[in-house]
Amino acid sequence: MVEHYLTAASSYATDIDNLIWLVTIIVMPWFFLVQGILFYFLFKFKKKDGQKAQYITGEEAHQMRWVSVPHILVLLCDIVLIFGAIRVWVDIKQDMPTPDATVRIIAQQWAWTFVHPGPDNKIDTDDDIWTVDELHLENGQTYQYKLESRDVMHSFSVPVFRLKQDALPGRVISGWFKPIKEGNWSIQCAEMCGIGHGLMPARVIIESAAAHAAWISAHGPGKLAAATPAASAPAPQTAPAPQAP
Amino acid sequence: MKPIATTRSATGIPTGKLAVWWLIASEIVIFGGLLGSYIMHRLGHPEFGGYASHTNTVAGAINTFVLLTSSLTAVLAHHAAEQKDGEKAFKYLWFTIAGAATFVIVKSFEWHHEIEQGYTVTANMFWSFYYCAAGLHGLHVIAGAIMMAIVSFRARAGKELQQVELVGLYWHFVDLVWIFLFPLLYIAK
Amino acid sequence: MAQPETPETEPHSEHTGDDHGHDDHHEQSFVSKYILSTDHKMIAMQYMFTGMIMALIGGFMVYAFRTQLAYPGISVPGYGTVSAGEYNALVTNHGTIMIFWVAMPVLIAAFGNYLIPLMLGCDDMVFPRLNRLSYQIFLLSAIVLVVSFFVPGGGFGGAWTAYPPLSAKAEYSLTPLGSTLWLVAVALEFVAFLIGGINFVTTAMNSRAPGMKMFDMPIVIWMIVIASILFMASVGPLIAGAVMLFFDQNVGTAFFDPDRGGDPMLWQHLFWFFGHPEVYVVLLPACGITAEILTVFSRKKMFAYKTVINTALGTGILSFFVWAHHQFISGIDPRMANVFTITTVIISIPIAEMMFVYVATLYGGSITFSTPMLWALSFVVEFLLGGVTGLFLGASGADIYFHDTYFVLAHFHYTFVPIAILGTFAGITFWFPKMFGRMMSDKWGKIHFWGTVIPFNLIFIPLFMLGAAGQHRRIYSYENFPELAVPALQDLRILATNSLYVMLAFQVIFLINFFYSAFKGKKASKNPWDSNTLEWTAASPPPHGNFPGAMPNVYRGPYEYSHPDREDDFWPQDEPA
Repeated sequence: MVEHYLTAASSYATDIDNLIWLVTIIVMPWFFLVQGILFYFLFKFKKKDGQKAQYITGEEAHQMRWVSVPHILVLLCDIVLIFGAIRVWVDIKQDMPTPDATVRIIAQQWAWTFVHPGPDNKIDTDDDIWTVDELHLENGQTYQYKLESRDVMHSFSVPVFRLKQDALPGRVISGWFKPIKEGNWSIQCAEMCGIGHGLMPARVIIESAAAHAAWISAHGPGKLAAATPAASAPAPQTAPAPQAP
Repeated sequence: MKPIATTRSATGIPTGKLAVWWLIASEIVIFGGLLGSYIMHRLGHPEFGGYASHTNTVAGAINTFVLLTSSLTAVLAHHAAEQKDGEKAFKYLWFTIAGAATFVIVKSFEWHHEIEQGYTVTANMFWSFYYCAAGLHGLHVIAGAIMMAIVSFRARAGKELQQVELVGLYWHFVDLVWIFLFPLLYIAK
Repeated sequence: MAQPETPETEPHSEHTGDDHGHDDHHEQSFVSKYILSTDHKMIAMQYMFTGMIMALIGGFMVYAFRTQLAYPGISVPGYGTVSAGEYNALVTNHGTIMIFWVAMPVLIAAFGNYLIPLMLGCDDMVFPRLNRLSYQIFLLSAIVLVVSFFVPGGGFGGAWTAYPPLSAKAEYSLTPLGSTLWLVAVALEFVAFLIGGINFVTTAMNSRAPGMKMFDMPIVIWMIVIASILFMASVGPLIAGAVMLFFDQNVGTAFFDPDRGGDPMLWQHLFWFFGHPEVYVVLLPACGITAEILTVFSRKKMFAYKTVINTALGTGILSFFVWAHHQFISGIDPRMANVFTITTVIISIPIAEMMFVYVATLYGGSITFSTPMLWALSFVVEFLLGGVTGLFLGASGADIYFHDTYFVLAHFHYTFVPIAILGTFAGITFWFPKMFGRMMSDKWGKIHFWGTVIPFNLIFIPLFMLGAAGQHRRIYSYENFPELAVPALQDLRILATNSLYVMLAFQVIFLINFFYSAFKGKKASKNPWDSNTLEWTAASPPPHGNFPGAMPNVYRGPYEYSHPDREDDFWPQDEPA
């Protein structure tokens, strides 16, 4: 369903799409079954003149079966669903594969600041590349992100990655993603963060190894990248203050 | 003029008493939320122990004693009310109210002293919780005293004597909250 | 008024003297009859009409912001252009109003106040003056909320969840007064419902008619009582949290300020510990109303009455252990999410079972499709979709994607609209003859029904699709998001908004039908639906004191329809064997 609207651009996007299908396959037959029975009853037992309704307490064992058997079946379905959900969850949010690189994501009212590692492939060093509202990633690399907020809660949401993570002021929250498809995709803030909440679009740009290396060398030490917002995204309302090295 | 509904008692528990129990239950959840939040913070912040050492344990202990004594007089008032002795219930209720007043007076001296030393509600998280929890409790003490005053005059006139027990129940609850607050805010250092 | 033959103990022997007050009433003044009344029926009406006025305000808000979404930048007729800040305030207060000032007062307070004494066969609530106080505090809370829209800086716009630090600091929210007044209004509303809840629970426990056992109570009473207990047990921590947030806003404490040692996550836990049970607080009364109507119009005994009560209790208890599923991606320990996925998915079992029982009740019935019955059936049909879509969100892995998208929004509207709109209309159309002594027009009732239910689906099914496409919530315009601004998605937004206009327009028919029927409708008999429960043995509308003459005694359960030993297909609870 989701894949109908959005590309799968991270290694785990398809897992989430499949989980959504699993849930659909488990719950929708129940939905249609119950609706079908309900409407069948409505037609079958429509009031007819001179015919009295049946007197059923529903408290005898052979009557209770009509509820207790579905009860057990629902429980079985629930167990399958729980396993499917937790497997995907653990994979995405709990386990942390060894990252090839780390990026720092800083949310604030109302812009995103991204800190990319420079040529040394380490962040928090002098050659870090700071950008605003534009995240550059190399295709096929596993990234660890360190998400923080400067003021209120925000949420880092990349629909094509199927990833969402709230940013909490006062904490650094780590997670990971692995882009698998080159392109230029949307980043959104998914947590109400004040008046400019609707004005926090950013872009993620996934490039081939060569293009990414070229981007790094073009924005190497001393070259401030903050003045290059993505062409397709409007400039943020407030100019954040990236600390140039 | 009471509705017939009020005089019925399908559970065997008088309606007023049942309502007071439900009131206490919902109050427990309110204080539970506040104290639960405090305990979570307390566990995460060992430095709270240092702040707590600036509380006046002696004043706290005196207030604990005062409240416990007032609970005793509340029981005596209930006892008198059961024997239909409204005059005596009136007297004991006012002993209890006197306890409440003492508590509030001690509290205000204590707070005055602490605020003078700079330990205000905004000083840090510990003091914020301290004033919030003790303040909320203090409001309950004052509310309880007002209710007891109203009930006492009814009791003296020989009316609604069962209410003496109800305010007493509520007063025991207020007392009990303090029994939790005192060690959590004063003693745990 | 005669003292009833009460077999139960008389704990307040000192009261016996004052129970005869009801017949020496003088002609009451307007104020004492309509404004300061302690009569449970009048207080129910006060709650219902206040809820209806608030529903109109909440409906106007949704009209304004849905118009902005479908036609961005347009000057909304009757409102003007919706700025980003106003949009936030509109969605925030739409949510707050619809839950706290519409669903709660109408479903719990209005139906609870109206039905509990009548269905239990007593003359009033156990504490009539406390009941009046509850309404007065509620009214005050509603006024404070409405005032908060008009203060400098505008209404609070930090979402109905009011997460700090946004809600705690004016420099972030830019609504210094709006935030505080919003918080005060919500806290006052909580106090009003705590007081009301104590009254409800005590009345149901102690004041049932002689002969009526706990399991002879109609299901709707059970549901309102369980809902009141859930509310009492869950709201306390949030009241404490509201005090803390108020101090953060106005005194300068730092309970939720991470820069000074506070923890914003604490609020989320306090909020959702209340917030999730709150869903069931409003759901259960709607389920109860539905149960009454399904049995009456299928002429059937409730299938497995005790199972319904047990599923309600089970859901209620489980609802205290699921709150963190609202916080899966908020930065809680990811291992915690696994626990809450399990509890969340498990809670589907009792609710599914309740729905099975409702469907089973129809089996072998003799079903009449009156207006109340259509509303009750639509509640089951639509709520099922709300229920199953919840599993997509309870499954933590899928929630990573769906969280804070329109999928969530569509999901909870598929639960809240059946509850607060379909359930309420079911109740109003069913008990209208009792409340006003006149019948509502069935024809116009059915037109209103179809005009509400069809657009309802056309509003929210597109929103499910938008959610699947990744449209996130609380954005005043999607023009800044190229992927979301495409015409295919904009068409869905326009479809939803236009359907909303149709749905809102049909509510005019309801209002006309309601007020016309209340004054000019066909006179209703005591028991127009041939129902069993005690409220139908009182006059329509019931006089002050409900059962003048003799209070009813109860001989059997509430759902003895089509009993094989009887000619009639109903058997009122108070008819001696």
